Amino acid sequence: MYPYLPITSEDRRRMLQAVGVEAIEELFVDIPSVMRCKGRLNLPGPLSEMEMARHMKALAGKNKNLDDNPCFLGAGAYDHYVPSIINHILLRQEFYTAYTPYQPEVSQGTLQAFFEYQTMICELTGMEVSNASVYDGASALAEAVAMACQATRRGEVLLSRAVHPEARQVVKTYSHFSSVNVKELGYQNGLTGAGEAEELINNQTSAIVVQNPNFFGALEELAKFAELAHRHKALLIVSADPIALGLLKPPGESGADIVVGEGQPLGNPLSFGGPYFGFMATTEKLMRRLPGRIVGQTADSEGNRGFILTLQAREQHIRREKATSNICSNQALCALAAAVYLTVLGKKGLRQVAELCLQKAHYTYRSLLETGKFASTFTAPFFKEFAVTGQEDAAVVNARLMENKIIGGYPLARDYPELKNALLIAVTENRTRDEIDRLVKYSVAT
Amino acid sequence: MELIFEQSVPGRTGISLPAIDVPEEAIESLIPAEYLRRESPGLPEVSEGEAARHFTRLSRRNFGVDTGFYPLGSCTMKYNPKVNEDIARLNGFTRVHPYQSEDTVQGCLELLYHMDRCLSELTGMARVSLQPAAGAHGELTGLMMMKAYHENRGEGHRKKIIVPDSSHGTNPASAQMAGLKLVEIKSGKNGRLDLDELKKAVDGQVAGIMLTNPNTLGLFESDIAEIAEIVHSAGGLLYNDGANANAILGISTPGDMGFDVVHLNLHKSFAAPHGGGGPGSGPVGVKEHLAPFLPKPLVEIKGDGSYYLEYNRPLSIGKVRSFYGNFGVVVKAYAYILTMGPEGLRQAAEDAVLNANFLMKRLKDYYDLPYDQVCKHEFVLSGGRQKEKGVNTEDIAKRLLDYGYHPPTVYFPLIVKEALMIEPTETENLETLERFIEAMIQIAGEVDEEPEKVRLAPHTTVVGRLDAVKAARKPVLRWKP
Repeated sequence: MYPYLPITSEDRRRMLQAVGVEAIEELFVDIPSVMRCKGRLNLPGPLSEMEMARHMKALAGKNKNLDDNPCFLGAGAYDHYVPSIINHILLRQEFYTAYTPYQPEVSQGTLQAFFEYQTMICELTGMEVSNASVYDGASALAEAVAMACQATRRGEVLLSRAVHPEARQVVKTYSHFSSVNVKELGYQNGLTGAGEAEELINNQTSAIVVQNPNFFGALEELAKFAELAHRHKALLIVSADPIALGLLKPPGESGADIVVGEGQPLGNPLSFGGPYFGFMATTEKLMRRLPGRIVGQTADSEGNRGFILTLQAREQHIRREKATSNICSNQALCALAAAVYLTVLGKKGLRQVAELCLQKAHYTYRSLLETGKFASTFTAPFFKEFAVTGQEDAAVVNARLMENKIIGGYPLARDYPELKNALLIAVTENRTRDEIDRLVKYSVAT
Repeated sequence: MELIFEQSVPGRTGISLPAIDVPEEAIESLIPAEYLRRESPGLPEVSEGEAARHFTRLSRRNFGVDTGFYPLGSCTMKYNPKVNEDIARLNGFTRVHPYQSEDTVQGCLELLYHMDRCLSELTGMARVSLQPAAGAHGELTGLMMMKAYHENRGEGHRKKIIVPDSSHGTNPASAQMAGLKLVEIKSGKNGRLDLDELKKAVDGQVAGIMLTNPNTLGLFESDIAEIAEIVHSAGGLLYNDGANANAILGISTPGDMGFDVVHLNLHKSFAAPHGGGGPGSGPVGVKEHLAPFLPKPLVEIKGDGSYYLEYNRPLSIGKVRSFYGNFGVVVKAYAYILTMGPEGLRQAAEDAVLNANFLMKRLKDYYDLPYDQVCKHEFVLSGGRQKEKGVNTEDIAKRLLDYGYHPPTVYFPLIVKEALMIEPTETENLETLERFIEAMIQIAGEVDEEPEKVRLAPHTTVVGRLDAVKAARKPVLRWKP
C-alpha cells in the first residue's frame, strides 16, 4: 500500500467501468508494446516511511556538517545565521505547495510577499526595479549579460576575472550559444584591472561585468567602471553580496545599470549548493528587458489593492521565441525566505550583521598575519572575505584544520594557478572568537 | 491588507544578535568612506511576532495543494509528502557547504550518484545531470548539448529546431537562447504531430525536434517510432520535454521511444513541492552519444566505493548553474522514489491516467471535448459552447474559485480555443473527483441560467478580479513611502 495513492481496487473497478473499459491496459493501448517497460525496473524501494527516513538519515550522517565543524569556507556560499522564524513560515503549506501565482485572487499571499521582496531588493541595490528572482547568482549574471546585449544591440562583454569562477563559466556557456563574445579582464592586487578595461572597451562592448565584493573579497571602485562603461554607451553590470549592502553604498548610486547577486546569504541554508536564488534589479529604462517574473500592484473592480504578475509581454508563455528569456519560474520559496529574513533583521539588524562580519573577518585576517606564517595575498580593502598566502599547500592546511573539526578556506589555486598556497577565508557573524582562534592555531603547523 | 512596510515603527526589531566578541576597529579605517552607505536601506522595522503574524496572514491568502483540489494541467500538482520536507531539512543535508572536500560530503555525493542512476533507469538514458534548476533550464541545457554534438561532428550548420504548435512556450524561447532557429509545425487533425508536415520541415539543416510526450493535449504521440526514424535519418536528434512524465513513469521510457535527450521536472512528477513558483529541479538525461556534452561536474564512483566530482570532461558544454543544482529539491525527489519503488511509480502513473479519463468521460457532455479519445494524465476541454452564450473560459475558471477549487490551466495549448486543461493527478480520491465534476456541471448550468454570476466571479475571494491592464500600463513594482 502506498500512503500517497488513495484510489482503492474497488474505486479502480468502478472508474474503469464508468470510463467504459475493462482493464487499465486499455488506457495505454496508444503506447506501442515495443516501447513498454519489460520486467521490473532497477530502482530501490518501495520503503516504508520509517525505512526511508532511516536510510536518508544514514546518508546525511555521512556528511560532515557545519553544526559540528565551524566553517570558514565562503567563495559564493556563506554560513550566515538563519533565524528560526524563516523555516516556520516556509513550512506553511499555503506557501510551499502552491504553484506560480497565475490566479491572483487565490495567490495574494505569494504575490504580496514578492512585491515586498522586490521593494527590499530595490532598497538594498539602489535600483528602481527588481524581478521576483531567478535560479541563482550565476545564472542571474548570465541573464544580465544577455539583457545588456539585447539592450545595446552589441555582442561583446568585458568580464572581470575577479568575478566568481563558476559564474564566469555559466556566463561563458550561455554566451557561447548566443554568440556573445566574452573578453576577460585581469586583476591587479585583487582588483579588476581598470587600465585593461580602458584598452579593451570599444563600440561593440555591451557591458563591463564586475563583482563587489569580488571573488577575492576585495572592494572594487564601481564608480570608475560605471564612468568608463557609460562613456562608451555600454552598461555596468554588478554582482553584489546582499549582506555587504547593509554597509556598502548601493551599486545603483555608483552608476550600475543592472545589479544581480547570489541571494543565498539572505536566510537560505547552504544545502550543498542549492536551492539558492539570484536577485536581479535594474533601472526603469531597462525594466521591459528584465527576464523572469515581476509582480505589480493593481486594484479589483471595487478599488481594493491587489497584486498580479505583470509585464508578461516579456515572457515565454506570451512571446514564445521572442521572449526576453526562457525562464518561467522563480525561486519563489527562497525569495520568500529572503523577504522574511530582511523583515526580521530590518533596517538596523542587517547593518549589525554586516558589521559583525566586517569586524570578525578583520580580526581573523590580523591574527593570521600575526602568526608570521601567512602573508596578505592582496592589500585592497575587503568586507567579510579575504585571501592569505601560506607557506604550505592550501590542501595541507585544510586537512589539518579538518582533523581539528574546522572547515578551512577555499584554495584559490584551483581557479587561479598563479595564486599558489593562497586561501580564501570567509568569516560571518556565525563564527565566534573561540572558533576563529582555533582556526588561526591549527592553520599553522606545530 | 497592509504591506510589511506600512506596519514599520522605528526602533522595533525582530532579531537579537550577539555582541561583537573581537577587538573592534573604526569602520572607516577598514573601508574607505566613499564606499560606505550614507543611509540604511529602507527595510521594515517590526518585532518577530509582528513578522510571524504578517506572513501567516499572507499565507492565508494563498491556495495550496493541502487547501484543495488543484487540477492545473501540465503542472502535476500532486500531494507533497510531509516526511520529505523533514528529510531535506536534516542538518547533514542543509548544513553542508558545496566546496567542502569530497571526503566530508560522501553522503551528498552518494545521493546524487544514485539519483542519476534512478532517473537514467526511469528515462532509458545513459546519464543524467542534476544541475538545471527548473524545466526550462533543463530544456536550454539539452538544446545546448544537441548543438554542441552537431558542432563536434563538424555539422555546426544544423541550427533548425522543430517544435509543434502545441508546445510549451518555453520550447521556442529555449531554442532561441540556445542560438537555434525555430520552425513551428502544425499539429494534425487528431491532435498529434502531422507526419507530412514533419517530413516537409526536415532537411540537412535540422538540429532536432522538441516533443512533449504525452503531448499538451494529454495524447500519446503513437507515431513516435516513425517520427524518430524521420528525424534520425536526416541526422537530427529528438528532445523530450518531460513535463508530462507523470503519465508514463514505469510504463514506458523516452529512451525506448527514440528520444536522445529528456528533461524531467522533479517538482512535478516526483512530488517535490512547487514552492509558489520554485525552487524546482529540471534534471536532463541523455543517451550515450550525448553524454560527453553533459554539464560538469558529474558524480563518479572510485574503485574503493567512494564518490567524487568529475570535472575533467573536455567536451562538456560547461556549467549552467553554480555548484550541483538544487540539491535540496533532489533530496525530496529521491526520498519519493525510495518510498514508491518501481511498482509504486507505475501505480501512480496508472491512477493518474485513470483519474483523468474518468473526469474526461464525465465532463464531456457538458463541455466541448475537441479530441475525444483515450487520454493520458490530462485532457483539454473547450469552453466554446459557453463562449457562445457570452461566458468565456476565464469566467469559468474564476467561478471555480468560488466552489473551492483551483482552476485548470486555461487558454493553453494555443491550438484549442477557450482551452481548459485538466490534470487531476493520482493523489486525488474518487470523492474529490465526483465533487469537482458536480461543480463543473453546476457552473455549466449557471452559464445557461445565471450567466452574470459566472461573468462576475469570483465572489468569495479576498480580492475580486484584478485589473491586469492597469498593472502593465503604469507599472507599480515596489512600495514607496
